[in-house]
Amino acid sequence: MSFLSIRTPAQARRLFLSRSGLALSGAAVALLAGRDALAAKSGDKSSDTNILNTALAAELEAIAAYQVGAESGLLQKPVLDLAVTFQGHHKQHAEVLAKTIQKLGGKAVAAKSKYTFPVEKLKSQADVLRFAAGLEQGAVSAYLGAVPLFGNRDLSKAAASILGDEAMHWAVLRQALGEAPVPSAFVS
Amino acid sequence: MISVAATLLAVGIAAAADPEKGKEIYGRCLACHALEYDRVGPRHCGLFGRRAGSVKGFTYSEAMQRSKIVWNEKTLDRFLANPPKAVPGTAMTYAGVPDAKERADLIAYLKQAC
Repeated sequence: MSFLSIRTPAQARRLFLSRSGLALSGAAVALLAGRDALAAKSGDKSSDTNILNTALAAELEAIAAYQVGAESGLLQKPVLDLAVTFQGHHKQHAEVLAKTIQKLGGKAVAAKSKYTFPVEKLKSQADVLRFAAGLEQGAVSAYLGAVPLFGNRDLSKAAASILGDEAMHWAVLRQALGEAPVPSAFVS
Repeated sequence: MISVAATLLAVGIAAAADPEKGKEIYGRCLACHALEYDRVGPRHCGLFGRRAGSVKGFTYSEAMQRSKIVWNEKTLDRFLANPPKAVPGTAMTYAGVPDAKERADLIAYLKQAC
């Protein structure tokens, strides 16, 4: 499909996203699509923005953590590529969260100028993978704990979409560590 | 009578708390917390006996700063059950750990982790 044959704005948006590298999920696209329903739906907006900001802060830290891992010199290809890919996902999550916060009238938190990571304990590729897996496991739980709190169910859906992505990260990292990729039938 | 039974149940749960299981449960906290340093949430070392909102250099929600909570087994148990309900406005926007035994395990781990 070319831009010349686009018939609807939705088609144009899908094409733009597919070509811009923003391979966002349907729920995330809905967040960015500017639907009036999103901003107008009932629910405590300040509470929702509070939840989104906590998630955004964690995503920004995850981006920084993957940067530390990528620059550590400890990751070999293809694990390095995997880490960079996952970091890219977190960047997309952060972008969607920040835009949604702004759309709801809130102020998105900014990345910290400095993060603390246990770099002294990262001495091998496995150490980096284990550290990243821990962050991803925590992220899964954090989103799971946030999903039921949103006043706006569209936001719950979007958070669940991110949760699914981070659960896949966690599983792949566990697999790379030689652990059972999916340790149980449920996450908590 | 109900109050006595509830107290006995709570004491029983606390007595049976397993810090090893609590360590596993602490995995749920790792998106935002660490034992020894501040992240999205404040560090957990030094938690017991600490007044909520008092770690120097960490930016808390106003709600947490105003809460006047001093962290101990009882206040942690109440908070962890449902943080937004216990401290409305907290930045810990997490539905909580609804299972009393899991909370007891988690608290037992936090008590001996640092």
